[in-house]
Amino acid sequence: MATFLLRRLLLGILTLLVITCFVYGLARAMPGTPLTAQMGEDPSRKLNPEDQERLRRIYGLDKPWYAGYAQWLGNVTRGDLGRSITRKQPVTTLIAERIGPTFLISGTALLLIWLMAIPLGLYASARSGTADERATSLLLYVLYSFPTFVAALFLQIVFSVWLRGTAWELPLFGMTDLPSTAPWLARAADVARHAILPVVCQTYVSLAYDSRFIRANMAEVLRQDYIRTARAKGAGPWRVLFRHAFRNTLIPLATLIGLSLPGLIGGSVIIEQIFTWPGMGRLFFESIRERDYPTIMGLTLMFSVLTLLGQLLADLLYCLVDPRVSVE
Amino acid sequence: MSEQPILVVEHLETHFPIRRGLMRRAVGAVRAVDGVSFTVSKGRTLGIVGESGCGKTTVGRSILRLVEPTGGRVVFAGHDVRQTNGAALRGLRRRMQIVFQDPYGSLNPRMTVRAILEEGLVIHRLGDAAARRDRMHQALEHTGMAAAALDKYPHEFSGGQRQRIAIARALVLEPEFLVLDEPISALDVSIQAQVLNLLVDLRDRLGLTYLFISHDLSAVEHVADDVAVMYLGRIVEQAPAARLCAAPLHPYTLALFSAVPAVDPRRRRRRILLPGDVPSPANPPAGCRFHPRCPLAERVCREVDPPATRVDGHLVHCHVAARELERAGGDARVAGSRMADALASAPDIYSHSGAQSVAPAPAP
Repeated sequence: MATFLLRRLLLGILTLLVITCFVYGLARAMPGTPLTAQMGEDPSRKLNPEDQERLRRIYGLDKPWYAGYAQWLGNVTRGDLGRSITRKQPVTTLIAERIGPTFLISGTALLLIWLMAIPLGLYASARSGTADERATSLLLYVLYSFPTFVAALFLQIVFSVWLRGTAWELPLFGMTDLPSTAPWLARAADVARHAILPVVCQTYVSLAYDSRFIRANMAEVLRQDYIRTARAKGAGPWRVLFRHAFRNTLIPLATLIGLSLPGLIGGSVIIEQIFTWPGMGRLFFESIRERDYPTIMGLTLMFSVLTLLGQLLADLLYCLVDPRVSVE
Repeated sequence: MSEQPILVVEHLETHFPIRRGLMRRAVGAVRAVDGVSFTVSKGRTLGIVGESGCGKTTVGRSILRLVEPTGGRVVFAGHDVRQTNGAALRGLRRRMQIVFQDPYGSLNPRMTVRAILEEGLVIHRLGDAAARRDRMHQALEHTGMAAAALDKYPHEFSGGQRQRIAIARALVLEPEFLVLDEPISALDVSIQAQVLNLLVDLRDRLGLTYLFISHDLSAVEHVADDVAVMYLGRIVEQAPAARLCAAPLHPYTLALFSAVPAVDPRRRRRRILLPGDVPSPANPPAGCRFHPRCPLAERVCREVDPPATRVDGHLVHCHVAARELERAGGDARVAGSRMADALASAPDIYSHSGAQSVAPAPAP
């Protein structure tokens, strides 16, 4: 076990080095710098060449990208993710501010997905071939193929425009309309109302995907001989479905659960952007647009660590659900 | 040994619908088993042989209702299996068990041997924990496994050991009747004989009745008292094992026997080669089902489904065999060898019209 973890740790560090080096190189290769992106076309914000040169030196933009990367890496090993160039705040503070809102949406969505996907997948495999199952499967397939950004705009039109003034009206975007002085309970209720549409958008695609995934795995397992063995023993349909079939589909499910971990914190760039939700996805999008290298790198590092942790979690879950697998 | 039948199968039919199109309407049926009848007496073994896809596995599964038969009758120990449901069916299932071909697939990889063996006992509420443990130990002992196997997982065993566990799994319920569905074909040749002898030994010690399904003629000869030969969903010939080996009558059986490798390499045998492929069971040929591949086929074979001809305990569905039997005065040995001669000297077998007459699939 210790050897396994140590090996994974070393491999993980190597992977992180490759990812961050690659992303830093890409970010620096994009046209423009934080300075030009900030100034835009506004002539009043134009800096004279001397000031520009001074700022470039301060931010280390005068050095080649590998030197910048080495400097960033050195700071990271000392636990310093740097300061955002455009927001004048430590990157860690920015991330800490954004994690909560993202987790609110992704956590709720993930919970809903698993609460619904497993019963749906089992229902579909138990009633396989019947009219109701085929109708459900068709609906899930349509949902799966429906892009989130279209669904998001559609939901905004329905609930914020068509239903305006009714009890069904939902806010168009943002996280809250109330000032921070409003009572705690009222603010929580307001945030919840704002979260409904983003949560729906983030839930439906994965729900469709995961329940189809469970169903496909169940269909595969139900064809196995040991299912016939179970039936020959006299096991009833429910016993066969849960004890024999579903428990064997937990193995691929473990991977899926492990891989959903980064999404939990990373959030969705598209959904947070459409609903202007102040989360990590939106921060990532904005920092790329502003060429805010320290923030881009901080977020990249975090997402990469989470992805690696998710894979480790999946491997450990494997051992838990499959007696044939051992980490030794 | 008493001759009372424990299993009677009459005109068993298992058709699988072919569903096509958006509405998944049945546009036809694969007639996997299409009118099979036989009787197995208590303590005896009926072997079913035939090539892949002839329906022999489906026969075994239909008897246990692991697949639902679509017609005919299955009577086990006086109970009509197709009319039995719920708890009564569960009771019958305890008495009729099955061992599958592939011991790598038939044991749930996530369960320990103990869980695999015990589950049936729990489902059928047989005994308390101590009694269940005794039964499990006994079943493992019967199959030559140590009790230590109980706490291991299937993947920790070899193929032969797994098949022993699968047999113990069936035996633990103390059944009277076992369907052995190709129980040795997935095993190494060196293990096959061991498992085969174990099965024979268990039958004699425990007074079991077997339905032994196999494509291996020599294994069937070794184990079975009676043999039924299946082709395309039907039994084409059925006889006591010794009789069938000594004097096969159906051209298909003759061809099968000619394909068994001889122990003595110096002994030259005449190989009977059948042209063409097995037609689709979704669209079986008219008349005798074997006629498109039969070198002896005549006009009547293409038109009339051959009825059963009986000589003593020997039963054959073949127009040519019926005529030869009559000519030979009912001597199956003479009739059989005449047919074998005719088959071996069938002119230019690969230009036979049957080679092209593979039945097309039904139009959608």
